[in-house]
Amino acid sequence: MKIKLLFSGIAANCLVVAAGAMLTPASEAQTSNSLRSAESFQSISDERARSVALFEEAGKVIQHPRCVNCHPATERPLQGMAMHLHQPPVFRGEGGMGLVGMQCNTCHSEQNTPVIGQADTLKSIPGNPAWHLAPIEMAWEGKTLGQICVQLKDPKRNGDKTMEEIVEHMAHDDLVGWGWQPGDGREPVPGTQEEFGKLIQAWVNTGAACPSS
Amino acid sequence: MVTFTLNGEQRTFDGDPDTPLLWVIRDFEKLTGTKYGCGVAQCGACTVHLDGMPRRSCITPIAMIDGSDVVTIEGISGKEAEAVQAAWKGLDVPQCGYCQSGQIMSAVALLQILPKPTDDEIDGAMAGNLCRCATYHRIRAAIHNAAKSMEG
Amino acid sequence: MTIHDITPTRRAFLAGAGLVIGVAIAPRFLSAASTGIPAGGSGELKAMNAFVKIGPDDTVTVLSKHIEFGQGPFTGLATLVAEELDADWSQMRAVHSPTDNKVYANLSFGLQGTGGSSSIANAYEQMRKAGATARAMLVAAAAEEWNVPAAEITVEKGRIKHAGSGKESGFGAFADKAARQVAPADPKLKDPKDFVLIGTELPKLDTQGKTDGTAVFTLDIMPEGLLTAVVAHPKHFGAIVKSFDDGNARKVRGVVDIKLVPQGVAVYADNTFSALKGRDALTIEWDLSKAETRSSEELTVEYVRHFDEPGLEATNTGNVDEALRQQGLQTVEAQIVFPFLAHAPMEPLDAVFIKAADGSVDIYNGAQFPGFDQQVAAKILALDEEKVRVNTQLAGGSFGRKAQFGSPYMQEAASVYAAIGGDRPLKHMWTREDDIRGGFYRPMYAHKMRGAIDATGQITAWEQIIVGQSIMAKADLDSTSVEGASNLPYKIPNLKVISHNITLPIPPLWWRSVGHTHTGFAVETFVDELLTRVGRDPVEGRLALIDASSRHAGVLRKAAEMSNWGVTPPEGRARGVAVVESFGSFVSQVAEISVGSDGAPRVHKVWCAVDCGVAVNPNIIKAQMEGGIGYGLGAVLFDAITLGKGGKITQSNFHDYRSIRINEMPDVVVEIIKSAEKPTGVGEPGVPPIGPAVANAWRKLTGAPVRQLPIVSVISS
Repeated sequence: MKIKLLFSGIAANCLVVAAGAMLTPASEAQTSNSLRSAESFQSISDERARSVALFEEAGKVIQHPRCVNCHPATERPLQGMAMHLHQPPVFRGEGGMGLVGMQCNTCHSEQNTPVIGQADTLKSIPGNPAWHLAPIEMAWEGKTLGQICVQLKDPKRNGDKTMEEIVEHMAHDDLVGWGWQPGDGREPVPGTQEEFGKLIQAWVNTGAACPSS
Repeated sequence: MVTFTLNGEQRTFDGDPDTPLLWVIRDFEKLTGTKYGCGVAQCGACTVHLDGMPRRSCITPIAMIDGSDVVTIEGISGKEAEAVQAAWKGLDVPQCGYCQSGQIMSAVALLQILPKPTDDEIDGAMAGNLCRCATYHRIRAAIHNAAKSMEG
Repeated sequence: MTIHDITPTRRAFLAGAGLVIGVAIAPRFLSAASTGIPAGGSGELKAMNAFVKIGPDDTVTVLSKHIEFGQGPFTGLATLVAEELDADWSQMRAVHSPTDNKVYANLSFGLQGTGGSSSIANAYEQMRKAGATARAMLVAAAAEEWNVPAAEITVEKGRIKHAGSGKESGFGAFADKAARQVAPADPKLKDPKDFVLIGTELPKLDTQGKTDGTAVFTLDIMPEGLLTAVVAHPKHFGAIVKSFDDGNARKVRGVVDIKLVPQGVAVYADNTFSALKGRDALTIEWDLSKAETRSSEELTVEYVRHFDEPGLEATNTGNVDEALRQQGLQTVEAQIVFPFLAHAPMEPLDAVFIKAADGSVDIYNGAQFPGFDQQVAAKILALDEEKVRVNTQLAGGSFGRKAQFGSPYMQEAASVYAAIGGDRPLKHMWTREDDIRGGFYRPMYAHKMRGAIDATGQITAWEQIIVGQSIMAKADLDSTSVEGASNLPYKIPNLKVISHNITLPIPPLWWRSVGHTHTGFAVETFVDELLTRVGRDPVEGRLALIDASSRHAGVLRKAAEMSNWGVTPPEGRARGVAVVESFGSFVSQVAEISVGSDGAPRVHKVWCAVDCGVAVNPNIIKAQMEGGIGYGLGAVLFDAITLGKGGKITQSNFHDYRSIRINEMPDVVVEIIKSAEKPTGVGEPGVPPIGPAVANAWRKLTGAPVRQLPIVSVISS
């Protein structure tokens, strides 16, 4: 399907922002929304320790519900900062695109769609041209950052990617990038995709060491 | 100006581009079989076929569907539609009936791809369609009956 | 809802004999349901009486005094008429009757109204008489025309015949002549053994339009020039508008006007989306000085505090306190907290107003008490009541939500219409958020139970304290708060039931099966717990506490038999049972469950036995049991309306007020007990047993009794 303009006027957007701020749960407000730069880790002289620290910083993104919700460990994606099961109940299906008759694109579009005049806790339906679940072998739900780290380096569990391809994916993939543009009413992952990409690049450059837990 | 086909006829819309397809179908095209139930893609009462696939019209801004093909309950046809509607009548599925257009649109789309779905496949395809009367038990049976009727 | 204490606020008027359906303007897309002309019908319908019209094409149209929102009165009432009319089912049609509190009174209420699962029960004889009367008038007309004795004429499957002369006709040819006959005062009704339609699974009359999208609901009425209005409501109960800024809202394309109304701020627009967008653009400051600002947790503390205070005595036999002090007994204590529940019918509340040339107004809506709506609207629109015609429409569910004293919804809708004035037709609608946050909930309740049982399974003492709002707004005992508990079916020598009425700014309402939604749960989980405490089987133990010949025992035995109760369920599964009488019908259910992948109960199968007297349409009865089980199960598993810190309503739409979905719906088997008792309702009685049946199975499976609803609220915490 073709997508054209979707945004309302500036005034309406301002209101949405104001309403969103009022309704943001405490847990969301407390979450840091910035990333340290890759350069700022230079002070850690031990390369392995630096590598682990870089990955832990990137972990603020990786373990953010915006990312984990679509890297579920079961057949069902999660939703929201509380990471509850997706409602309505949808299932992985072929290629992570949902089941026949109720695929992701029954509701999700190629871009975030504002919901106007309805629930104040549901201001938009998220969307992206590639909207789908990560394969089950790439599940992050319920895993520690250390486990996710090891998994990311394992070609059997990272989509057979080289580390260069991992960096490219993290730094430039459009669906990964959705995490920073999640639509009205949703907290974005911290920092920017560029900063995140640089953290991952620096982590790879320093030997891609993993946290112990 | 958005141009699309609705039940085979070319239509245009030049109102607010944010207007969800649901309200274009109902308020402007005066086709009322497609229902409003939640406005947030939770209940499925507004389900239509967009380029042959089930789609919740309540969260589909009209600007998004330029050039697309929209079919509503008033426009469905073909053996799956006939089988589903006959099966619905055979089991007297509807109670209040308000959600049933959406249920039928989802069921028809399912059978167009999976002519003989299992219970799990039915549940998977239909879990986005709420029925507060809880006619689910008969919906499941009616889809099986429709599938059987198409075998012959 | 129930039939308790319903009295008309004034004598109803009688307009034009009630036979003219008041469609002053036939808006576009009005179908049979709202024009009174049956689908496929043509020509003028002739009224045999207030309930039966016959068309020249032989169609018989039954005017249903009860609203059709899924429980089947169109089909049920038409069956009763057709039976005595000796009509063929294919010629039967049904439409809503006009509004008339006298002619179309619910004989259980004394005014026009649908509720309390009473449609078939109250109309059983009335509709049969209407059919028999029409039959007699057709026969009289045929006898006159054919010049033969009426006694020699037979009617079968819609054909009027005279064997001697070989003459035969359908109904249509005699409709005009029949309408001019004198109606017999007391037509003879059939002996039930001669029924040919009652008791058979006739296809429902409203199914066709509900499978092809042509059925017309209120939301579908779209006269030319229609304005659509929505109202911005507060998110706290009892809040009122302090000030508002509509500057941005007025700039929204399609917004026509904005007015302050008693219920909030109304936005009027040329189409629905403009109204919604305009409402979103309002800035409103609310005055919370009289609002409920306590959270659900704070309310629970307040409710529980009442357990230790003197309350209203509903039942007190024997001496509970003394019996509880006896030695050698097993005693159980339990507190159970029930949340507020929204009805959430698929079609949110709505109404359409169309002014006629003479200044009178037609209202199209789907409400359970159209007479109340008429009175309220007339007052607000400053019109005589006969200038306001309420045209009942098919409604997308109700479950009690559309049955309200004083018609508060109509007060809002009519106020919105009155505020803008003018001649444009207006549709007022609620969004799902308005519905979920709109109050009129099944009230929150807290129960405290104390019971004692001896080793033989004899329950010697039972005390139940029930704290919650009075649905009937009573200061003294409200029977709807204690029904099912105060008249406990089990033989217990020392029984005390106490009620406490709580007053809140959150408006309460009956919710499908009313008091039984909580008393059924409390009673049936508690008796189960007591029985199993002394090792008694839940079915045998219950049977020992009730008369073997009772209808209660009959459905319980039947459900046990259907489910092979004695047989051990597969590994990982457990079964629970419950039996509840409500609205004169008896229902027992056995539920087989396991722990689902999400940690919540997964209900696989439900066996349901129902005794509702004469089964007019077994197919509809089964459908109501299936639907009641699904409706009740969804609520028990998932649903709660909660107030957050500061009193703001937490839920707003189906994403946070869950409804049961097809993947959560169990397989259901229903059996109907054969009975010659007068028919009783089925709309509500399927609901109460499912919750306790599931909770009893859950306790057996996990060891954990359910003390807080919904069940998922306890599991996820």
